[in-house]
Amino acid sequence: MDRDKIKEIIAKRVAKELKDGDIVNLGIGLPTMVANYVSEDVNILFQSENGFVGLGPAPKEGEEDPYIVNAGGQPVTILPGGAFFDSATSFGIIRGGHVDVTVLGALQVDEEGNLANWMIPGKLVPGMGGAMDLVVGAKKVIIAMEHTVKGNHKILKKCTLPLTAAKQVDMIVTEMGVMEVTDEGIVLKEINPEFTVEEVQEATEAKLIIADDLKEMEV
Amino acid sequence: MAKVVSIEEAISHIKDGMTIMVGGFLSCGTPHKLVDALVEKGVKDLTLICNDSGFVDSGVGKLIVNKQVKKLIASHIGTNRETGNQMNAGELEVVLVPQGTLAEQIRAAGAGLGGILTPTGIGTVIEEGKQKIEIDGKEYLLELPLKADVALILGHTVDKAGNVVYYGATRNFNTLMATAADTVIVEAENLVEVGEIDPNHVVTPGLFIDYIAVGGDK
Repeated sequence: MDRDKIKEIIAKRVAKELKDGDIVNLGIGLPTMVANYVSEDVNILFQSENGFVGLGPAPKEGEEDPYIVNAGGQPVTILPGGAFFDSATSFGIIRGGHVDVTVLGALQVDEEGNLANWMIPGKLVPGMGGAMDLVVGAKKVIIAMEHTVKGNHKILKKCTLPLTAAKQVDMIVTEMGVMEVTDEGIVLKEINPEFTVEEVQEATEAKLIIADDLKEMEV
Repeated sequence: MAKVVSIEEAISHIKDGMTIMVGGFLSCGTPHKLVDALVEKGVKDLTLICNDSGFVDSGVGKLIVNKQVKKLIASHIGTNRETGNQMNAGELEVVLVPQGTLAEQIRAAGAGLGGILTPTGIGTVIEEGKQKIEIDGKEYLLELPLKADVALILGHTVDKAGNVVYYGATRNFNTLMATAADTVIVEAENLVEVGEIDPNHVVTPGLFIDYIAVGGDK
């Protein structure tokens, strides 16, 4: 499966998790694509942690405003009804439980809901930015990522990289399926019909619990 | 009382070895003219507090490239490869702080608080060496106030009394840093007379501002 198709499958499926009226913060990269697939009859208020709510699509060429950018520095727009604020208010919104859903990528996630996505010691130390606050503060944390990286497991029994936050992940969406993190472990709720349960398990280090009502993932 | 000065006079208050805060988020809302003047002046051994280390050719990243910073306190350094290079070479000390914690540490310093309690960082390397306090059965980290000798901020419209109105996503750390330094310098994109800003619209009251330096375009 080519990577653009993988990203599309993941972004489309995550978009279905967003409910009318939700306040949502999307991480940089794949998570940002989720906004493109939200159904028109679902009104979502997107928050941008650099300081506003009401994040709109990219502006037309020539209409970019260098002072209206997303948390990745890309030019965006602010929709009518939106509001700007400073970083204390922005992270008050995030940490205070006012964000319904955050969607983030991951380097590793494990069966306890631990997440590692901010550094690889000795290799990559970009910093956590707002990720630690988002994962602790948002009501629902969805990890949107490719199921494996270069054939290596990303969904583990126990994360080996430094954690972003402990026991905060609620859901994992990959090109292979949809998983929920529960007290018992990771439950496979939906599966992409292109894969078998055995293939998904093989691509996952953590032991998957297969839902009794395992559904087909819409792709 | 805020005083209107030139960019050069404003940055004359920054000396070698000082701790400075600079507003901005990936250079958006950074007072570029003040930073550029600081690069030109070559003040060194600075401790820099900023959300991120910008880019090699924009914002506070230029101070890093020019090796004027000995210690950086920030939440993100991934957009400026020079920061990582100097950190790995042992030339630059980097303290990474979760963004929301950094904002609150600065706010706490400006608001006369002894620290803040946050759940962010519990169960991660961030909690190492910090006091944990349990409240109603939930653990929090005690994070201490963070202040500076000088803060450099960007204002969109500033009156001669130092009242600041911001534009777009440029508020970020500017409003907080304006409260948390001994000397606060605002780079005014537009300087107006007292009375021209409706008091209802002022975000940073002029009482926080020491110097107003006229900047200009984006």
